[in-house]
Amino acid sequence: MISMYLDFVRIRFLMMLAYRVNYYSGIVIYAINIGAYYFLWKAIFGEAETLQGFTVIQMSTYVAVSWMARAFYFNNLDREISNEIVDGSVAIQIIRPYSYLFVKMMQGFGEGLFRLLLFMVPGMIVVSFIFPIELPKDPMQWIVFFVMIWFSFLINSQLNILTGLGAFFFENNQGLMTMKRIMVDLLSGVVVPIAFFPGWAISVLNWLPFQAITYLPGSVFTGRIEGADVWNALLVQVAWTVVLIIPIMLVWRAARRRLFVQGG
Amino acid sequence: MSRFAFMVSLYRDYFANYMKTKLSYRADFLVEVLSDLMFNGLNLVFIFIVFMHTPSLGNWSEAEVVFVYGYFMIASGLFSTFFSAWNFSERYIVKGEMDRVLTRPAHSLSQVMLENMDPPSIVGAIVGLVIMITSWSTLGLPFHWYDPLVLIVMVLGSCFIYMGIYTAMSAISFYSDAPTGIGPLIYNIQNYGRYPVEIYNKTIKFLLTWLLPFAFVGVYPASFFLGRLDEWWMPWLTPVVGIVVLSLGLGFWNYGVKRYRGAGS
Repeated sequence: MISMYLDFVRIRFLMMLAYRVNYYSGIVIYAINIGAYYFLWKAIFGEAETLQGFTVIQMSTYVAVSWMARAFYFNNLDREISNEIVDGSVAIQIIRPYSYLFVKMMQGFGEGLFRLLLFMVPGMIVVSFIFPIELPKDPMQWIVFFVMIWFSFLINSQLNILTGLGAFFFENNQGLMTMKRIMVDLLSGVVVPIAFFPGWAISVLNWLPFQAITYLPGSVFTGRIEGADVWNALLVQVAWTVVLIIPIMLVWRAARRRLFVQGG
Repeated sequence: MSRFAFMVSLYRDYFANYMKTKLSYRADFLVEVLSDLMFNGLNLVFIFIVFMHTPSLGNWSEAEVVFVYGYFMIASGLFSTFFSAWNFSERYIVKGEMDRVLTRPAHSLSQVMLENMDPPSIVGAIVGLVIMITSWSTLGLPFHWYDPLVLIVMVLGSCFIYMGIYTAMSAISFYSDAPTGIGPLIYNIQNYGRYPVEIYNKTIKFLLTWLLPFAFVGVYPASFFLGRLDEWWMPWLTPVVGIVVLSLGLGFWNYGVKRYRGAGS
């Protein structure tokens, strides 16, 4: 049973490997993005030593690591699911003896694993040569960070699945997907760390799942969250992963009742 | 002149056709406009948040940076209204639609543009204009009678730059059919022209000014209206650079069309 799902990871990994040329330019794109934000933040800091508790070095490390973590957790599951619902191929997948959503998750993981090994690791090496960043010295920090981006992947994929399933209910799911993408980019802390938001926004964002995707692992990596707080951050991620299962189950149940495939 | 009239009539017909197909899916139109505005909103929120923590960005005030962003929205909105052939390689080269385009009398590039026009983007340009006017009055900038005329010339120049660069990029697929991933790369670099170029290091500044002149779709032309004329001729280079880049892009396209052999099969 498990080995079947692992095969989905393997197949997607190999599929991505076939198109790896795209990923070399991807590394350049991420390096350019990190570079642009690096200079922007340097200008924002100006003469200031620290802003919201970030030093310049911490900030550039945060920018670099949050973009690289994005490379791992990012996937297009929302678009894939949405397309399969629109073209009707979801019907075939549902009658197969596996859990459709779990298979999607595994495919996303295969993609993420590919990006981790061929994109994130070489990208991080390239970036650490170009920009002044400070990598954590404590091996424990590295381990916790990798556990945390695994949960980032889970939470982000769950949000993607939820958005993708929207295609069952809306004729045009594009708007929902765009909205989700912008919310994840803005509210997860890739573009601006949560600490920079105004106070009222921070208290709202603490109750949303987005910060668990980028901000928490990024903060652990830069050493802004230390000691017992690290476990709290991890706990928040676990809690969101569990909580998000509920809406997915509800939507999935409602969706299967609605499913109506034309032709075939 | 008759060729120009021919193009205008073609544009009118394609536009009528576009409206007919779109009006049957009215919600799509709205969704496209909203997604577009949300992307711009994201960037504006970034600017607002940043200025909560700093009074200036490399000597540029918040209102000035927002002003530049408004200008950027006008130029990029107007450009995408007429040109959004982002999937050119896949649709025209891989699927072979280019062969159909080439059998028709109008110029191949203008046909591709017409088939891919995206009128919802114009809303972004209008919002950009509103943002620009608002920050104009926040900054208390003087208004001269010639400013609207200059704005038209500058925006045209900026659009020419976009058109030249993206035409050349699309034309790459005439020379090589392998996906290069260069499209997203250029698209990312495009976004850096809307911040003051002084904040970048020399290499990126040089890149944005002379190699991929995206700084002319943002900071340089906008600084004319802001009266920030450290080098007074810099904004005026916008139309010049626009014409040069557009000619290069068109030349690259035309040469590519000559080389084009079809996808086979």
